[in-house]
Amino acid sequence: MDSLIVSSSPHVYSKDTTVRIMRDVVLALLPAAAVAVYFFGVRAALIMAISVLSAVITEAVVQKLMKKPITVNDWSAAVTGLMLAFNLPPTVPLWLPVVGSIVAIALVKQAFGGLGHNFMNPALAARAILLAAWPVYMTTWAEPIHGIVNSAADAVSSATPLAILKGLEGTEAQLPPLWAIILGSTKGCLGETSDLALLLGAAYLLWRRVINWRIPFSFIGTVALLTWVLGPRGLFTGNAIYHIFSGGLILGAFFMATDYSSSPVTPKGQIIMGIGCGVITTIIRLYGGYPEGVTYSILLMNVATPLIDRFTMPRIYGEVRADV
Amino acid sequence: MGLKVLGFRGGVHPFHRKESTQDKAVERMQAPRLVYIPLQQHIGAPCEPLVKPGDRVKLGQKIGQPKGFVGAPIHASVSGVVKDIKQMPHPTMGQGIAIVLENDGKDELDESIVPRDIEALDVDELKGLIFEAGIVGMGGAAFPTHVKLSPPKDKKIDVVILNGAECEPYLTADHRLMLENPQDVVDGLKAIMKVLGVERGYIAIEDNKPDAIRTIAEATASMPGVEVVRLRTKYPQGAEKQLIYAVTGRQVPSGGLPMDVGVVVNNVGTAAAIARAIKTGIPLIERIVTVTGGGVAQPKNLSVRIGTLFKDVIDACGGLVGQPAKVVSGGPMMGIAQYTLEVPVIKGTSGILVLTKQEAETPDPGPCIRCGKCVDACPMRLMPLFISVYSLKGDYDNSEKLHAMDCIECGCCSYICPAKRPLVQSIRTAKRVITERKRRAAGAK
Repeated sequence: MDSLIVSSSPHVYSKDTTVRIMRDVVLALLPAAAVAVYFFGVRAALIMAISVLSAVITEAVVQKLMKKPITVNDWSAAVTGLMLAFNLPPTVPLWLPVVGSIVAIALVKQAFGGLGHNFMNPALAARAILLAAWPVYMTTWAEPIHGIVNSAADAVSSATPLAILKGLEGTEAQLPPLWAIILGSTKGCLGETSDLALLLGAAYLLWRRVINWRIPFSFIGTVALLTWVLGPRGLFTGNAIYHIFSGGLILGAFFMATDYSSSPVTPKGQIIMGIGCGVITTIIRLYGGYPEGVTYSILLMNVATPLIDRFTMPRIYGEVRADV
Repeated sequence: MGLKVLGFRGGVHPFHRKESTQDKAVERMQAPRLVYIPLQQHIGAPCEPLVKPGDRVKLGQKIGQPKGFVGAPIHASVSGVVKDIKQMPHPTMGQGIAIVLENDGKDELDESIVPRDIEALDVDELKGLIFEAGIVGMGGAAFPTHVKLSPPKDKKIDVVILNGAECEPYLTADHRLMLENPQDVVDGLKAIMKVLGVERGYIAIEDNKPDAIRTIAEATASMPGVEVVRLRTKYPQGAEKQLIYAVTGRQVPSGGLPMDVGVVVNNVGTAAAIARAIKTGIPLIERIVTVTGGGVAQPKNLSVRIGTLFKDVIDACGGLVGQPAKVVSGGPMMGIAQYTLEVPVIKGTSGILVLTKQEAETPDPGPCIRCGKCVDACPMRLMPLFISVYSLKGDYDNSEKLHAMDCIECGCCSYICPAKRPLVQSIRTAKRVITERKRRAAGAK
């Protein structure tokens, strides 16, 4: 009887683990990945595979060099790699995801202490850097194809729905039908075009309680409200529905803004994060130089996260209000 | 009985694991040949022994007298001879002095034992009787009950709540008690209300025990001012502050006590012990213990004499199955792991869990991924992840600024943490250091 474990309570634990959460995120991204392959061909699969692989290898190499335990089997690097691929156009040269993954993992994640310590979403930060360094590659869109048999899609430089909405290119008459946008047969980044597939994954994450409603719903709600109110032909004339389903809003709201490390942990803070993202996204989309604002809105709010956490600490049970 | 189901914000939903004992009626365990009665079975100073080795004692005889107001006497749980007074393992304090009695098997009652009538006793007599019977909180904390029932004059108590939540997984002792002895629970409540001069009494039970809710509701049907309250089944629904909030909507102020909001909370087991002490005259020398877990052959609810070794209790349940990995006194969320089975049952022992290797898995912690699940789960609305980081760094000042002292140590944060970080464990360390520093600072003045 000298072998009894003596440890401090609790003596039981939930089945939730970091690995389970990361695997759930990968699982939730799979429908959108499948749709990407369907609409953009084998090249989409290739980009995703390269991105994931280089993210995992980078993590292992960096950890080896820093003489830290190698933790690639926690799936978090794979999540970052896949997220990055989702944020790339289907036409990028195949070395681009490699550079992106190295930036995301080595610079944004490991340099700041690894899992849980990155102050920005690694995939999004990498995307922003790629966009600044290779703007042409990052904004060249391909017409979607149907069925993976058509090999690689042709690169054509043409307008995305958001660019049309903004009036940058084309007219609203050229907008693809709403169903095409929701289904994903529009131009855009690999993983962001199919809202239907993304929502399926998002529902799974909500059901598994990997994420909660606070950030995504306040984010999307804010964008919807503002883009409707601040319409192009005066107040309350905006096309909120198109704004919700175009670009990377669904992907960003459910999968990127909810990144644990770089978003607030307090309930109030999470709502502030969502609203902040929504406001910045709308401002960039309607008045900024880019047609899309999701990436920068999330990155900006990521930077504000420590501050938000500090000022939104919940009032504890039984704490007497200062005015009483 | 209202249809409303009451709860609080936060908490977790651990598996129940109550199936193996919830339908098992309480069996009385035969008193063992030797019992080991610790001098300290309550919060406060230990008792002074009233007997010496070689003395003959009778069942129910007082054998230890507390030194301060916060304390409760201890009594012989068998009749026989005092064998020894010695240091030995203690389930909550590691070590402690215990009086060892050799049972003569006669259960010869002490002359002081006389049955009384609740109605006939006045408030002071009741309070005196509760003290003399050695009644302490039986939910686990073991706070002397007569102290709880003696609030300072300026604290007006208007509500008494009996805690029948039993939200810890595995435990079914209170559940069985409410089913099998509802009258004791109700009579105990009556006595407590009389002592405090209170008109409103609640018996709060989680809605996963519908049979207990029904039974207690029937037993209280004719009692004015007494109500059975259905609680949402979640952990820690039975924590005092969460229970008070669920039942009355009142929040006990930070650093305060239930009496600050006019409430006294007692466990249903404590109430039943009070009723039995009055009705039979026998002090608190026996309690119901749930003996369960994958490592015990026949899980049972046993009525056990205080001072019975865990080893003997487990033997009365068919013994061990294989090699146990962990033995816990109490529930799995807040109970205390034991390093030996040669440790006695005390007044606060609600359960003995014998966990197999599989059940007792202690996972390796990983880095915090800032998922915020601990923030959502904390019933006190603290931020366990941040307090814990400061504590692990030895920065206890910042832990205190983040309200570490308000932690009720329920363990929800550690339970829910996907990275399996030692959250409550490190907060507990911070609390201990902060308390120690305060004591030293007060002493230096």
